[in-house]
Amino acid sequence: MIKIDGLKKNYGKLEVLKGISTEIGQGEVVAIIGPSGSGKSTFLRCINMLETPTDGQIRFKDQIITDKKTNIMKVRENVGMVFQHFHLFPHKTVLENLIYAPMKVKKLSKAEAVKQARELLTKVGLADKESTYPNRLSGGQKQRVAIARALAMNPEVMLFDEPTSALDPEMVKEVLEVMKSLAHTGMTMLIVTHEMGFAKEVADRVLFLDGGLLVEESAPEDFFSNPKSQRAKDFLEKVL
Amino acid sequence: MNLEFERIMPSLPYILEGIPTTLKVVAVAAVIGFVLGILLSILKISRIKPLNWIADFYTSIFRGTPLVLQLMLIYFGSPQILGIQIEAFQAAFLAFGLNSAAYISEIIRGGILAVDKGQREAALALGVPYSGMMLNIILPQAIKNILPSLVNELISLTKESAVVTIIGLGDIMRRAYIVGGETYKFFEPILFAGLIYYVMVMILTILGKVIERRMRRSD
Repeated sequence: MIKIDGLKKNYGKLEVLKGISTEIGQGEVVAIIGPSGSGKSTFLRCINMLETPTDGQIRFKDQIITDKKTNIMKVRENVGMVFQHFHLFPHKTVLENLIYAPMKVKKLSKAEAVKQARELLTKVGLADKESTYPNRLSGGQKQRVAIARALAMNPEVMLFDEPTSALDPEMVKEVLEVMKSLAHTGMTMLIVTHEMGFAKEVADRVLFLDGGLLVEESAPEDFFSNPKSQRAKDFLEKVL
Repeated sequence: MNLEFERIMPSLPYILEGIPTTLKVVAVAAVIGFVLGILLSILKISRIKPLNWIADFYTSIFRGTPLVLQLMLIYFGSPQILGIQIEAFQAAFLAFGLNSAAYISEIIRGGILAVDKGQREAALALGVPYSGMMLNIILPQAIKNILPSLVNELISLTKESAVVTIIGLGDIMRRAYIVGGETYKFFEPILFAGLIYYVMVMILTILGKVIERRMRRSD
């Protein structure tokens, strides 16, 4: 579904990604892990072109999204993203957050958008919060709304950029539960995370990045019990 | 001090009749200033350098010269520039609107830059085009934060509008001055004009607070 070839990203002289190639299949859940500064987030943000790659190619289905001629806005409609710091629209209620893009971008009628938004809010367990402003929500609730907002565009892929890193520990679980049930629906998901337990349980595959390189790529059971590279061993020793 | 307000009593309605003129100039100039100010601020934050230059040059001209001078250039210069004498009202709308836009564009630019850049990314990630992102996501948040500065600008516009006196518009200030000339009493009518401006500014201040409170609903 997504094919990445020799992806590079430089910020001036700093090389953040030094040539990453991999492929992500339909319905696959991929956990991207690695030490901070390894380029995980940059890698994820290249996939919906929030960062413009310096070199390399990304293909989403039959479109080469790194090509300047591709209408990236069209691609983004199909690629949902969840941020570490939620980025809900603070001047809109929860419901308005969910219906804005479907109405604006997909030209859904208000009635359709609201109906769909309510279904999604029920799924993430926040049906009673639709007229609340984001400031009144806890971190965990905000992140669940953010997930619902991304899902409201009916994306084919969901990108999660450290979705639980900004949360208080007791709120991590509610967000991971929502993500887990999303994974069970067959959604293709790329998740940058520090939640090793979650990666082990939910991911079909683990990508281990270090120093801008894809060092290891394997099934979670292999990766966590029997990492091949020394760098992965060192990393796991520190975090587990 | 011998104040003789009774001497100007018959002329008070005449001075009060200047209020619509003042309000008209302020209202039209505020709309021009606000709309043009938004456009200029967007040029200023654009990644395309020549657009930055154009907007910065515009601002430097209108902030770098006195408002009275701009008003005179537009009013007295119009026959030479345009070949026709424009009306005093049109000259006032233009001068105050264009001048105000320069200041407002800086206020709005600051407001836009203060909005968390995550908001922009969230909108982009949802496939929202630039225009929608600006109008529906960034500007509403920016304007909420800069509302006190915008009210400030509107207040100073209200008082500055007294300058239209020099191109012969019958605003509050000019009428007070005329009454002074007729009665040989300048202190009283000008004091009365001052009171009118003060009341108008107080009303604006209160309106600003009401709007601000309403916009802070989501906090």
